[in-house]
Amino acid sequence: MMDELRELYQEVILDHGKNPRNFRHPDDANREAKGENPMCGDRFMVYLKLKDGVVEDVAFQGRGCAISTASASMMTEVIKGKTEAEAKALFETFHDLCTKDDHDHGDHGPVDEDAMERLMVLSGVRQFPVRVKCATLAWHAMNAAIEGEDKASSE
Amino acid sequence: MDTQITLPTFDVERVRADFPILSRTVHERKGKPGKPLVYLDSAASAQKPRQVIDAMTRFLEEDYSNIHRGVHFLSQTATDQFEEARRKVARFLNAPSERNIVFTRSATEAVNLVAHSYGRTFLSEGDEIIVSVMEHHANIVPWQLLQMDKGIRIRVVPVDEHGVLDLNAYEDLLSDRTKLVAMTHCSNVLGTVTPAKIIARMAHERGVPVLFDGSQAAVHGVVDVQDIDADFYIMTGHKLYGPTGTGVLYGKYDLLKKMPPYQGGGDMIESVSFEGTTFKAPPARFEAGTPAITEVIGLGVALDYMEKLGREAIAAHEHDLLQYSTQQLSQIDGLRVYGTAPGKGPIISFTLEGVHPHDLGTIVDQYGVAVRVGRHCAEPLMERFGVGATARASFALYNTRAEADALVESVIAVKEFFGA
Repeated sequence: MMDELRELYQEVILDHGKNPRNFRHPDDANREAKGENPMCGDRFMVYLKLKDGVVEDVAFQGRGCAISTASASMMTEVIKGKTEAEAKALFETFHDLCTKDDHDHGDHGPVDEDAMERLMVLSGVRQFPVRVKCATLAWHAMNAAIEGEDKASSE
Repeated sequence: MDTQITLPTFDVERVRADFPILSRTVHERKGKPGKPLVYLDSAASAQKPRQVIDAMTRFLEEDYSNIHRGVHFLSQTATDQFEEARRKVARFLNAPSERNIVFTRSATEAVNLVAHSYGRTFLSEGDEIIVSVMEHHANIVPWQLLQMDKGIRIRVVPVDEHGVLDLNAYEDLLSDRTKLVAMTHCSNVLGTVTPAKIIARMAHERGVPVLFDGSQAAVHGVVDVQDIDADFYIMTGHKLYGPTGTGVLYGKYDLLKKMPPYQGGGDMIESVSFEGTTFKAPPARFEAGTPAITEVIGLGVALDYMEKLGREAIAAHEHDLLQYSTQQLSQIDGLRVYGTAPGKGPIISFTLEGVHPHDLGTIVDQYGVAVRVGRHCAEPLMERFGVGATARASFALYNTRAEADALVESVIAVKEFFGA
């Protein structure tokens, strides 16, 4: 198997893709937003429980490819317990990770370095431009939910 | 006495040599050689033979000019070649005359032309249009726009598990309210070829005109619009080994004649004044503005190319590839083919259990295999089969059994990769 594919589909991604974490609809969620990729038909709902500006719970449901499912799953793990500002900073920084070379990354405020390190496994999508939307789909929905929108605007 | 039947031979290697792009490799990196291209996405758009590329280059280098307006030498030459392409399209469809052939920019534009011009003039609130659940979005959304505008209803003919059109349901849907049937002649997802002649006859018994979307059907078989008795027939040039920017609307002349213009502009008028403008007769009436001159001429050459190879020989070759590939793919555990109608076109939509089609597409691409993944602009059909997306391999006159093998090997690699 080619190196590029191993880079894209690392074990962690295959694991999260097959066994997504927080794949549920929390009863007490107070925000939700849909993320949809019209090209491939992937569709996620991201649920948030926000309290006093903190993400107390985050979960998702829907259908998607290994990349989008793994990214959604890992997102729920790193976003939980973050403030809205921290979650948004992670979204922006993660977006840069998927789309830009290292030296072009912007400054999006203080960001959880450990979380970014875990998310590094998804940076392989940079070599596969058509797959970037897969990796960022649930993140856009999460960001929309924080903003109080009910769906992620398509880019 | 020994009788020997000589079958017409289809020399696919010679055919491949006509398509420059097929000799390229993909994913060459860091000194590692690339993979030979295995192009199985012709249902999205077909590659172009050297003959088409050369004809367009030659036209641009030697004869290019605007058409239908100049008195000068080049304008006449260009007009002649453009109108010759119209005659070629007419012959390709066995249309009674080139007057029946309207050039559009795409098949999508051709459907929109009928929806706009015919639909807005002859349909009103409560009228119904019948389509099938297999339609490409291009044969759904224009009617929905008409629905928003006119309050018409769209009725949908279902298919069975194999993807065969339910003719009984079609018959039940036909009523006094039906004012148009707009149906695919070959599904771009399932490959199902619809019984166009029967569909048309059943509609005509009620005086209802029929439009066929032949975007796929015209590529894979011989289409005779007079035999089918189609009222409108639509094709797209880029799937017929011709250039993009070329669509074809065939229409019965008495229908075209009573339809108002779709777009206004140059080349479609007889005279213009601010008191009133009069329009040319069809097809010119529907060809406002400078058309894709070079591309239409290229399309004519593409049709020549297909005729020279023999459309029945092409169909036989593609059918062999379809059967062989279906058989090979079916041996893969967990692989499901969508669309198993008898006599289907060379299009195979499939899913692999435990693997999302998008992931499959990315991985087989690393092996040089180009397939389409997603919803194929046919979302209602995806819903019908309860699947979010499929992978689709489509075969063309230049594909080989070896390429089918490459597809199968790459799908097996996907399966191993995901442990599916």
